[in-house]
Amino acid sequence: MKRSITRLLMAPSVIMLLVWMVIPLSMTIYFSTIRYNLLYPGQNNFVGWMNFEFFITDPGFIPAVSNTLILLLSVLIITVVLGVMLSALIDKPFFGQGIVRVLLISPFFIMPTVNALIWKNMMMNPVYGIFAWISQTLGFEPIDWLSSFPLGSVIMMVSWQWLPFAILVFVTALQSQDTEQKEAAQMDGATGWHIFRYLTIPHLARPIAVVIMIETIFLLAIFAEIFVSTGGGPGYDSTNLAYLIYNQALLQYDVGVASAGGLFAVLLANIVAFFLIRAVGKNLTV
Amino acid sequence: MSYLTITELQKHYDNYHALRGINLSISEGEFIVFVGPSGCGKSTLLRTIAGLESCSSGSIKLDGRDITEVASSKRDLAMVFQSYALYPHMTVAENLSFALRLAKVSQAEIQQKVHAASASLQLDELLERKPKELSGGQRQRVAIGRAIVRQPKVFLFDEPLSNLDAALRVQMRLELARLHKKLGTTMVYVTHDQVEAMTLADRVVILNAGQIEQVGTPLELYRQPNSRFVAEFIGTPKMNLIPIDTIIREEENLNLQLLNSQVAFPENRLHGPLPSSVTMGIRPEHMALVEHGGQISGRVELVEHLGSEAYAHIQLANNQTIIVKASARSDLKDGQAVNVQIDEAEIILFNDSDRVISVIPEEA
Amino acid sequence: MTLNQQRKLKTLVTGLFAWTVALVLFFPIFWMFITSFKTELQAISIPPALFFEPTVDNFRVVQERSDYVHHALNSVITSFGSTIIALIIAIPAAYSMAFFPGKRTKDILLWMLSTKMLPAVGVLVPIYILCRDYGLLDSRTALVIIFTLMNLPIVVWMLFSYFKDLPKEILEAARMDGATPWDEVVKVVLPLSVGAISSTALLSIVLCWNEAFWSLNLTASDAAPLTAMIASYSSPEGLFWAKLSAASTLACAPIVIFGWFCQKQLVQGLTFGAVK
Repeated sequence: MKRSITRLLMAPSVIMLLVWMVIPLSMTIYFSTIRYNLLYPGQNNFVGWMNFEFFITDPGFIPAVSNTLILLLSVLIITVVLGVMLSALIDKPFFGQGIVRVLLISPFFIMPTVNALIWKNMMMNPVYGIFAWISQTLGFEPIDWLSSFPLGSVIMMVSWQWLPFAILVFVTALQSQDTEQKEAAQMDGATGWHIFRYLTIPHLARPIAVVIMIETIFLLAIFAEIFVSTGGGPGYDSTNLAYLIYNQALLQYDVGVASAGGLFAVLLANIVAFFLIRAVGKNLTV
Repeated sequence: MSYLTITELQKHYDNYHALRGINLSISEGEFIVFVGPSGCGKSTLLRTIAGLESCSSGSIKLDGRDITEVASSKRDLAMVFQSYALYPHMTVAENLSFALRLAKVSQAEIQQKVHAASASLQLDELLERKPKELSGGQRQRVAIGRAIVRQPKVFLFDEPLSNLDAALRVQMRLELARLHKKLGTTMVYVTHDQVEAMTLADRVVILNAGQIEQVGTPLELYRQPNSRFVAEFIGTPKMNLIPIDTIIREEENLNLQLLNSQVAFPENRLHGPLPSSVTMGIRPEHMALVEHGGQISGRVELVEHLGSEAYAHIQLANNQTIIVKASARSDLKDGQAVNVQIDEAEIILFNDSDRVISVIPEEA
Repeated sequence: MTLNQQRKLKTLVTGLFAWTVALVLFFPIFWMFITSFKTELQAISIPPALFFEPTVDNFRVVQERSDYVHHALNSVITSFGSTIIALIIAIPAAYSMAFFPGKRTKDILLWMLSTKMLPAVGVLVPIYILCRDYGLLDSRTALVIIFTLMNLPIVVWMLFSYFKDLPKEILEAARMDGATPWDEVVKVVLPLSVGAISSTALLSIVLCWNEAFWSLNLTASDAAPLTAMIASYSSPEGLFWAKLSAASTLACAPIVIFGWFCQKQLVQGLTFGAVK
């Protein structure tokens, strides 16, 4: 087929994504250099780097950046490590495998707002929540999770959503592991740990790379869980970049500063994406 | 007259020269087999004829028409793929009729042609099945049927038997030979298996590193190879190659000195000048183990019994091992000393650049 | 213990362990479901009530108070609408990249994926302002457009990785059989990809259904899908857990049940075929 036809077939996707990327992004860049507050219309003069200064010196800035990264890394570590271990443990035939699969994947389909509400109320409520009841039954003082460990609570909710996904990906991948290879290793005197360490982990390299990439895409943009559960607080303890910018734009109506923050988020995502796509791109055959 | 003509065909990939000037003419009704080691360009050549690969330069003519730039779908060729490439979402009947339906052939004609093909390939019972419900051999027959139905000018086969087990492969080989006899259509067949090539082909094309090494009937290639490559490629077990130490010219013969013994070679069988270094080629079936006499001697290393015959691996004085065909009944012991009688008329000589410098003797 | 008994024990232990993990992870959903049938008093009782007389009052209240049907319809329209549009745009692109790859195909794919990495907050303000200026705030049109663009890279990628795995020889056979490029796509590629296309569609629908960032920021009531409706239950006043659970159950049930039926294809799809 002619080169021109193949280009024509790709054109709609490429052009739409390009427009989707370029127009809002250039508007963001423009807004970030002017004074632009929806409460004070008509005073849109050029201010240079001022919005960036405001954003970076905002008391929420440092916590937001570190919370974003802590959230990303913690969830990645929890889901990948637990996911690999659990999937290796249940990678054998047992009774009711199909039902277990269905139960396992369910949290992945729960919408983030519902996820946050269930955990915030029915699980983590310091008086009526299940956790409170468990600690009381065991004779401990109940913990007010959302105010004592706000970021930890968010990490828990998000991990709950993504751990099943990781487990299922790894279990599926393990099913394609060469059994003869494992049998050969057993004949060579390898223990279960050896097989896990030298056969299973290398076999999972590619699925792990994929899980990390997919999760990163979604984790950098975590918003609804925070919006519904902690509202970013107390203070800035559970505010991430997305939430901070949302705060600036739609609660304080300061479009200029929010745009500057948006650009910063883009920059951060690009830094992460740069390393990630390079690492994972090698692992994905194109 | 040439039916399919390939002229100066070149194929470059990014950094790889796959076909280096192929010239070949094929007559109508011929069964041509391309054979060679993997990476020799045989599949590329077939796919270029099919139009699935474009060529970098050169031309392909079919029945007087230049098809070099014609799309695959318009070349009037049919191809049987190694993986069979059946359409998994269609039944056998739909697979067989797909090309005809695309060509808007009338229903009645499709019915009749599909029926004819399925009858000749014993597919009648399977017409309503999907490919995944068929065995390997059945899939293979459907793939062939799909090609037959179209009545193309040329059939192309890309290693069609390599996914079958040994017994089935022999059976399908026979069926293909019968099919060719019945249809009389030109067939171009790619394989890496020299037995398939020898048994099926009217003419064999041996390819090596993107070039044609030799073209000829199976017997020509066997008896009169052009080069060491062809000599070694054709025939199982392989031809034995023994370096010659020196050559002494006598009256009518060349006296080949090897391993402290001598073998006579009629000078009139020599073609061209005598090079400084010569290798002797002799096939296992052209030697015999004898109790007395024989030109060379060695020790039995091991014997492979095939039932109808046996092959003795003989270690010579220079530690080289040669293979000699022996009778099935021979009670050779490992380590036993034996004498080997070489049939001097069957000796082939190679020069230092691996070309053959001997010709076959005139049949008496 | 014989080797055989050891094996049986191992299977039993594995099974018990797997069931425990699954039940623990599933518990919050189970609890949500149970609570939706309780009265408000039962919902906050300590110790938690496992046995009670179920009531469906909560569901009725949810429908009356927040018009569940209206929001569910918004969810359906936006997720199905954007999924269909995304497929129409993505199929030709994925086809051309998978079967006629050029030197830059890989770069284009990675670039597409990288647009997915652009955080939505980076463009929140301009999109908000554009929607405001064109009267698209709180409109389903805006959500459909944004969801389409949001999922386009993933849809292209998934279709690409499925198409790429189709045996090339089958397409070549079709070409030898006289198929034009159009025949090839319509009579061979599409029929062979029904499974791939539907699981791509499923994933896109799930992602749209659960999308919260844009729904929360761009809609108020008219176009608000279920994610936004649920957020309105997060108000701190009062403990209406039974109603909250009923609303949540209603919001999640369609997609969770939907997901159960196609979980295998979904997981496979989301890993771009890296896991089979």
